Amino acid sequence: MPLKTETMVLNMGPQHPSTHGVLRLELEIEGELILSVKPHIGYLHRCFEKHAEAMTYPQVIPYTDRLDYLAAMGNNFGYVIAVEKLLGIQIPERVEYIRVIMAELQRIASHLVAIATNGADIGALTPFLYLFRDREYILSLFEMTCGARMLYNYMWIGGLSHDIHPDFVRKTKEFINHFRPTIVELNNLLTFNKIFIERTANVGILPLDTAINFGASGPVLRGSGLSFDVRREDPYSIYNRFDFEIPTGKGLVGAVGDCWDRYYVRVLEMEQSLCIIEQAIDNIPEGDVKSAIPKRIKPPKGTVYARVENPRGELGYFIISDGNINPFRVKVRAPSFVNLEVMGELCKGHLVADVIAILGSLDIVLGEIDR
Amino acid sequence: MYQFLYDLIGNEIIAGLLVAIVPLTIILVFALFGIWLERKVSAHMQDRLGPMRTGWHGWLQTVADLMKMLQKEDIIATDADKTLYNIAPVLVFTGSFAAYAVIPFSSKLLGSEVEIGIFYVLAISSLVVAGILMAGWSANNKYSLLGAMRAAAQIISYEIPTALIVLSMVMLTGTLSLDKISQMQTSSFWNWNIFGGAIFGLSKFLLIPFMFVGALILFISTLAEVNRIPFDIPEAESELVAGYFTEYCGMKWGMFMLAEYGNMFAVSAIIVILFFGGYQSPIGYFGNSVGVQWLVPFEQGFWFIAKGLTLVFVQMWLRWTLPRLRVDQLMTVCWKYLIPYAFLNLIIIGIISLL
Amino acid sequence: MKNPEEIFELLKSEFGNTILGLEKETPTEPIITVDPMQINKVGLFLRNNNTLKFDSLMVLSGVDDANGTKIKDEDGTEMISGGTLSVYYHLHSTNLKHKITLKVSTPRETPQVESVYNVWRTSDWHEREAFDMFGIIFLNHPDLRRILMPYDWEAGYPLRKDYKNPEFYKGMKVPY
Repeated sequence: MPLKTETMVLNMGPQHPSTHGVLRLELEIEGELILSVKPHIGYLHRCFEKHAEAMTYPQVIPYTDRLDYLAAMGNNFGYVIAVEKLLGIQIPERVEYIRVIMAELQRIASHLVAIATNGADIGALTPFLYLFRDREYILSLFEMTCGARMLYNYMWIGGLSHDIHPDFVRKTKEFINHFRPTIVELNNLLTFNKIFIERTANVGILPLDTAINFGASGPVLRGSGLSFDVRREDPYSIYNRFDFEIPTGKGLVGAVGDCWDRYYVRVLEMEQSLCIIEQAIDNIPEGDVKSAIPKRIKPPKGTVYARVENPRGELGYFIISDGNINPFRVKVRAPSFVNLEVMGELCKGHLVADVIAILGSLDIVLGEIDR
Repeated sequence: MYQFLYDLIGNEIIAGLLVAIVPLTIILVFALFGIWLERKVSAHMQDRLGPMRTGWHGWLQTVADLMKMLQKEDIIATDADKTLYNIAPVLVFTGSFAAYAVIPFSSKLLGSEVEIGIFYVLAISSLVVAGILMAGWSANNKYSLLGAMRAAAQIISYEIPTALIVLSMVMLTGTLSLDKISQMQTSSFWNWNIFGGAIFGLSKFLLIPFMFVGALILFISTLAEVNRIPFDIPEAESELVAGYFTEYCGMKWGMFMLAEYGNMFAVSAIIVILFFGGYQSPIGYFGNSVGVQWLVPFEQGFWFIAKGLTLVFVQMWLRWTLPRLRVDQLMTVCWKYLIPYAFLNLIIIGIISLL
Repeated sequence: MKNPEEIFELLKSEFGNTILGLEKETPTEPIITVDPMQINKVGLFLRNNNTLKFDSLMVLSGVDDANGTKIKDEDGTEMISGGTLSVYYHLHSTNLKHKITLKVSTPRETPQVESVYNVWRTSDWHEREAFDMFGIIFLNHPDLRRILMPYDWEAGYPLRKDYKNPEFYKGMKVPY
């Protein structure tokens, strides 16, 4: 007589040490094998889009900081570019250079968090401390510039809120010299560690056409082999003046598109960001960062969709303006929102411990998923 | 030591109790010290300082934690199975505490002189599995259940390589008693078992590489027995919150922690006795050369604790360096790698010991 | 690489009347308007055609056009009746590197749009969000339920222009 078995439903609930925020994963498991994963979101929904309709255009900028709170400069950048496209204004060169340097520093800081928490979930608790020590340097650079460590309100429509400190260039160069050996140390400690490779190689393999169909972007898409970066495809600001490579996943220790590839793409991107900062930091032209900020921001009627390359993927702002001082509609295309949809596909057939590894490699932030 | 105390006091029961209290004190003091050591070691490895305010460099931190734990309210979930829930920490602690009865700290400080020393240790530390399963089931929590199942599978599997290596050492030395094994490795570190044993000859040199392999296998299997990283799936913090002791609070959780640190020292002690000379000093006794005979057991105690602490330090070092293995990889390591090598080791040591 | 006019001509020759028009007054990109019930076929054509190859849907946004008449309800609240709700699709191609924007509009009282779930899987959660925030029903979507608001939120669709917060939700007072 056949034995009646039931599958167990386990809730990796909204409060869990490793779900990077308030995310509820409903796992249906049989022993340790996963049958299906259903993410439930909405625990951090703060109605950003409704608020944006009640604020004036400059007043929306602090709200955009709080979307992806680990990469706030990138959020500001995207919104500001979208509104400037609608207004059709020209930005001074100094502002462009400083914006690029800030965005790349933010990329390094955000990837440090992603790599550190990825390692901490797998069990390597020491790289977490080492990488956060280095992130402190970047945060103190930001604090020197605009006074805030995490949510900056720095990039304004047409300019910046503060000019850079006189010591900024020197300190950034010190940081670059200090950081290059840390990447080598990280590779020795974590990236090529046999146990880490066992945990992440061949786990959560994302084929390329699935990735494109699901709309994945950022390191998730590049880890599957496609060399697609918004800074090259759709160049915004002055990125077309800089020479940098786009790392993709090549399947060095496993299949192309597994968790290790996504992790390694992030490590390589940090090095490329250092290259961009080196090229930009010596060439900042003189000027006034607030000279192009218009007195009243009233864009003409129209729609615009502008996208930037955030550390987590492609962040897009779709703004509809009807001629008033408030936007008519602001829609945010958050990269983590789209990347999280892939989770259901990736986890089939793996064990419970792999769900954590896969979630860590997708690198989501609930702030921008729920807005 | 029982004989010594009996002659001193004359009463069987009190002597027996005193003999039991000595290892208990050692385990409590060690747990106090061990938790502080772990926090400081992990802190310095992670480029930070650790507890610095409670006492000199924070050595009273564990005392503070203990006082906090004793005052905590004992919350039990409504649906938890109360009998099993209360017995589980007791079983786990007993399993690890009882192993200290046969571990010789020095030639005079031995809990009870049974002839079957190491066999008794292996048997009684299996009691821990029952305790863990009870803890995981009675908490009525899916995470605890998963953690307990993994822990049971892990501990039971890794007892096999442990037993095989112990068997090969027993075969070599010819006795099960830990005291006698320690006594056989006298006079200098060249006579330790890891360098082939005390009997000089061809077999001693042939044995050296296999002894190293055996010590390594034993170290890895006992690391899995005590649920330390890289084998700490049962209490994997980021996956299962805290595994089989998620629902415990206050002193009951304290008992689990005490049992874990007690276990750590116990298995380090076993490895030291089997391979590294037990309580024998590597360089000769100060007391002997000066002529003060009663100093020798204290020196032996000192050497034993030093060697044990070195191995505990290596265990902590590994915890903060390596990530953890997934549950099926853990089983693969045990069944496909450690057990065949341990078997091979056993056969070769047997052949060599016949020479 | 094609520009929007060429794509519009290609679509018009394929689908005729269901392609409703090309708006060019917007300062940034021309928008092609499509009939809401044909968007699935149009999407499949856009994805599979070898000269177009739009294999990636960047974003799908619902918009409340607020172009109806404002009427006052019984308790003095302003409601909008009539008018349309729209959905904007921004597509781009990873091989051929061109972009296009599509727009569908449905009447506000019975908003129904064909789902493009089987064309681009990205639209799974995007359509759920448009349903959650605006109430647009996507036909043939396998799992259309709320995504950001609680699953049993009965008080309407938050991003509509005439939305009002309810007083209580499950015994908790809603206005802060």
